[in-house]
Amino acid sequence: MITVASLVILLPFLAAATGLLGSRFPRGLRGATPLDPGTDLNAGANRRAAWIAVLPTALSTALAIWLAYATWAATGQGGIEPGVPIGIGGQGAADGVTATFTVIETGSVPISVGLLVDGLAASIAVLVTVVALAVQVYSIGYLHGDRRYPSYSSFISLFTSAMLLVVYAADLLVLYVGWEIMGLCSYLLVGHWWEERANSRAAIKAFLVTRIGDVGFLFGIFVLGTAAGSFRIADVIAGVPEMSSGTLIAATMLLLAGVAGKSAQVPLHVWLPDAMAGPTPISALIHAATMVAAGIFVVARLYPAFLGARPTLDVLAVLAALGMLGAALAALAQDDLKRVLAYSTISQLAYMAGALAAGSPDAAIFHLITHGAFKALLFLCAGAVIHVVGSNLMSTMGGLRRELPVTFAAMTIGFAALMGLPPASGFFSKDEMLAGIEHSLSAGPLTDAAAFLLYGCALATIAVTGAYATRAWLRTFFGQRASRPEPVAGEAHAAVSEVPATMSRPIVVLAVPALLLGFARIGDVHWGTAALSLTVALLGAGAVYAVWRSAPQTDPARVLGPFRVPCERAFYVDSVYTRLLVRPVLLLARLVVRTDNRVVDGTVRGSGRATLRLAGLVRLVQNGNVQLYVTGLLAGVLLIAAGAVIFG
Amino acid sequence: MSWLLIALLGVPLAGAAVLLVPSGADTAARERLLRVHGPAVSGVTFALSVVLAAAFDHGDAARAQFVTDLAWIPGLDLSFHLGVDGISLPLVVLTTLLTFLCFVYLCRGRADGPGQLLSPGRGGNRPRALVFTLLILEVGMIGTFLALDLLLFFVFFEVVLIPMYFVIALWGGRARRAAAIKFILYTLLGSVVLLIGLLIIWSQTGTLDMTALAQARGTGMSRPVQIIAFLAVGIGLAVKTPMWPLHTWLPDAHTEAPTVGSVLLAGVLLKMGTYGFARIAIPVLPDGAAAMAPWLGAFAVIGIIYGSLACLAQRDLKRMIAYSSVGHMGFVLLGFATLTPAGINGALFGNIAHGLITALLFFVAGAIKERYGTSDMPALGGGMLTHLPHLGSLLTFACVASLGLPGLAGFWGEMLALLGAFEPAAGLSGPLYLVFMALGGLGTVLTAAYFLLMLSRVTHGRSTETVHVPLLAAATTDALPSTGPTGSEDAALESGAGGKEDLPGGGGGTHPPGAVSAGRPRMPDVMGYELAAWVPLIALILLFGLWPKALLLLTDPVVRTLVGAP
Repeated sequence: MITVASLVILLPFLAAATGLLGSRFPRGLRGATPLDPGTDLNAGANRRAAWIAVLPTALSTALAIWLAYATWAATGQGGIEPGVPIGIGGQGAADGVTATFTVIETGSVPISVGLLVDGLAASIAVLVTVVALAVQVYSIGYLHGDRRYPSYSSFISLFTSAMLLVVYAADLLVLYVGWEIMGLCSYLLVGHWWEERANSRAAIKAFLVTRIGDVGFLFGIFVLGTAAGSFRIADVIAGVPEMSSGTLIAATMLLLAGVAGKSAQVPLHVWLPDAMAGPTPISALIHAATMVAAGIFVVARLYPAFLGARPTLDVLAVLAALGMLGAALAALAQDDLKRVLAYSTISQLAYMAGALAAGSPDAAIFHLITHGAFKALLFLCAGAVIHVVGSNLMSTMGGLRRELPVTFAAMTIGFAALMGLPPASGFFSKDEMLAGIEHSLSAGPLTDAAAFLLYGCALATIAVTGAYATRAWLRTFFGQRASRPEPVAGEAHAAVSEVPATMSRPIVVLAVPALLLGFARIGDVHWGTAALSLTVALLGAGAVYAVWRSAPQTDPARVLGPFRVPCERAFYVDSVYTRLLVRPVLLLARLVVRTDNRVVDGTVRGSGRATLRLAGLVRLVQNGNVQLYVTGLLAGVLLIAAGAVIFG
Repeated sequence: MSWLLIALLGVPLAGAAVLLVPSGADTAARERLLRVHGPAVSGVTFALSVVLAAAFDHGDAARAQFVTDLAWIPGLDLSFHLGVDGISLPLVVLTTLLTFLCFVYLCRGRADGPGQLLSPGRGGNRPRALVFTLLILEVGMIGTFLALDLLLFFVFFEVVLIPMYFVIALWGGRARRAAAIKFILYTLLGSVVLLIGLLIIWSQTGTLDMTALAQARGTGMSRPVQIIAFLAVGIGLAVKTPMWPLHTWLPDAHTEAPTVGSVLLAGVLLKMGTYGFARIAIPVLPDGAAAMAPWLGAFAVIGIIYGSLACLAQRDLKRMIAYSSVGHMGFVLLGFATLTPAGINGALFGNIAHGLITALLFFVAGAIKERYGTSDMPALGGGMLTHLPHLGSLLTFACVASLGLPGLAGFWGEMLALLGAFEPAAGLSGPLYLVFMALGGLGTVLTAAYFLLMLSRVTHGRSTETVHVPLLAAATTDALPSTGPTGSEDAALESGAGGKEDLPGGGGGTHPPGAVSAGRPRMPDVMGYELAAWVPLIALILLFGLWPKALLLLTDPVVRTLVGAP
């Protein structure tokens, strides 16, 4: 079983290595015509790269599914139903199959390189590989003819491998390795079109903001690891009951920093909307379905530690409450379709974080999986729309349901799941989370105030989610198209017709789980809560529909009135960070350079000059004047004689 | 008595001595011979070090092996005492590897390729002298890591300075003379202080034997004496490391040194300082170390933050990498300052990782400078991934490794140093080290910031036409050292000093092929000989990143005996 798990991780890794080094290897073997050698070579390299990327991922997917099935058969749990450690102080993580390959002595707590396969890991791995496979296939069409497709697909493979390492890791530091490599891949892929300065900046921002969180995450691992005497997840969880609450609070708060960074939670959420500068398939894979969910996954993985630190859960609840509502409002006012989805991702992730804080990790992981499916679907559909229209802006879209029937159908499913309409998967998972949050009002790990805030914000968010999803749906597929803009270089061509098969098939394939995944847990629906959330969502949707009906050409976001601009700018968090952090640091850097030159090195140069000046003084004596020398000699003799007389 | 260590020192020394023999062959034949001689001698040395690593008893890494102990100057109690253990073995292999790669880089390229100092006409000033200097440098570097006698250590420590001075002063960039003088005066001053410290130890204990001193763990020296000795030894080593605020010789030396000089300076010379901490300062003077460790840690974290901030505002690529060394060596020193096995392991790991990564960075930066004729970032103008895709990718790889990405070598050293700071040795203030750890963590963020900003500026974006061809041509000739058939070293120095003004045209006849086309000189992407020199570094960075056990297995047993941990 562990061998299979390591294969699942290694296959995409090898694909990445091969793709990076070997795609262009038989250079010129395919008859490079002197007229047009570049394109032909590129086409050959791209074709090879596509095979190198897709085949191992497909194999990996098959193995991951088998692994999930085997885990399910072994433990009697569903592959989709995650075997999360539930129950206060539970030791669920130790249930799975675990193996240690080697132990690295560090001089302090050793690192044990090993893997752990349990229900949680197996089910998330299936999500990761399926979405990755869909995205790899989709990218063949989306980036057709792109000169850098080989490196692009290799980075996706590397990302897949890193994410699987996070999922299967049995040791916190091994997990951290995968965690950071994901960040690097995110950086490289967001900056795929690095010719544009804005994309390059977005990539840096994505890496740096998450890195700030990751430093906290690493320190959190230190705290847990040294307290438990081991970095192994099973040992850490087993050691939780013996740890003092101070240790646990410190550790979980630090871990929370990393979680907030990776999962784009307040206050480290600012990188995600900008990360939409990357190609759309990347947004689907990394910035919607998998990497950003890693934070939620880690909290679920170490849930017993979080349960032992109530204040951390309160903080998580408050951050989640603020994040889900704020991001949903921001999504309501965006014109860029991808940014709508980006803010929606922040909001949905905050929802999962809220469920975690409320004590129902099971529901959070369930939503993580359904969200992964339907958000990837939404992004791939958005990519198809953008590919066809040649612009990200919804003001340039409209009426596309006739031209893109497949995309329209799939995206309708995606939006239904996002809003939580039955029978789409999102309905079931959202219902479970809301029930969990509702339950935390009466009994649960949260304080009353935090629980009330969370519940209120959760309900409000459902309404706003219904509103922004309806708005995006209407603005994209209904009404009239405003204008036909010039195609953006490197993005797409402008002919409006359905997208190529490599793009539409993954969409269709992903639409199935996005629609049906929820039925796996149909027995668990809380019908009262479901009716409430459905009503609220429909209220939001209906309000937007009414506004839109009155004037289909204009943006329904106009009803926000004076709040529209703050919502569109996401409440100016970016500007605040620029003023408070970025500029002072740059100022300080310039100050350091000046100090280094003037003070630190100035002292060195000054001491050199002082020595020379001193030497100049001494040289005055050595002036070659014999009379002076003789005078000095006599004076010296006199002095010695006087000294001998006086002291002798 | 072991012939292996003697051979490690003897082969490069003999190789250098052979060059002194006047030969009757004509210039062309001699040059061909030279291009074989350098790689051959350093290759044999590298092979010997690999044999050493293979023959090394890995199960007993804490013991000094292959010990050679000959009386040298009995009156001074000075002996020729050599040996290797788990701390010095990786450094010896690193030294021979980097020297070999430098020779590969110098000797295997076409005569008109970038960075070919050995071919006359492209500024290849006196190739024989360069090979001779580099081989002597190698003797000194290996000797420093092998010496088990305090005075012998000091002798080798000093032997290194002179060749490096000449490498900078003769084959360096425009302001090479001032940089070389600053380098040698500053480090000599440090060495004097180091010598005083070593003499204090000798006068108090009556022995110069490092193994005996380390086993004694400071017995025979009172606490104040240890503190004074640690201060002296520490300052001497800190200049070399370099530790903030004793670092200002480094940026100048790196900016002006030729590529191979920068590589060896960053890859090996800086390690001699930190090696001294692990070999002398901490084991021989435990009480002094315990007393001074918080100060060492404080200077280390200041160096981390200060170095990163300085990098953030640098315009010059090579200078930025030089300052990044200050930051990275700060992590190494922080590791030592924790006095824990984890911290010292991290420091030693970081040492090797920095040697590999920064060597690669300087190789790549040197290649960039030789192609563009400048390393000024605004002048480079961005878009390198468009016109030099492979070089740009390698630069990206080296930067990502340097910013400490897990999975590459740079991470483990930093991580272990921070882990050590989280739980410092008994007797050290916990909260203070927590502050150090937090600042170190902030430093890793700043490190990522400056590397990514640099990458964005240089490799991303569209290539702009900020560089005008005539300017570039002038800069290229200017940046190269003088080419005239100068007879003696003094004359070379003089012409070097005058090189600022009177050189245009000096080496102008031999530009890279197709120097001017379509408004921007067409530059060759990564060439075969460059790749040959860089690939081993890349492979090792990946190996140690993915398999840190390879190094920790060697250092951990030694470190545990050094700090007396179980």
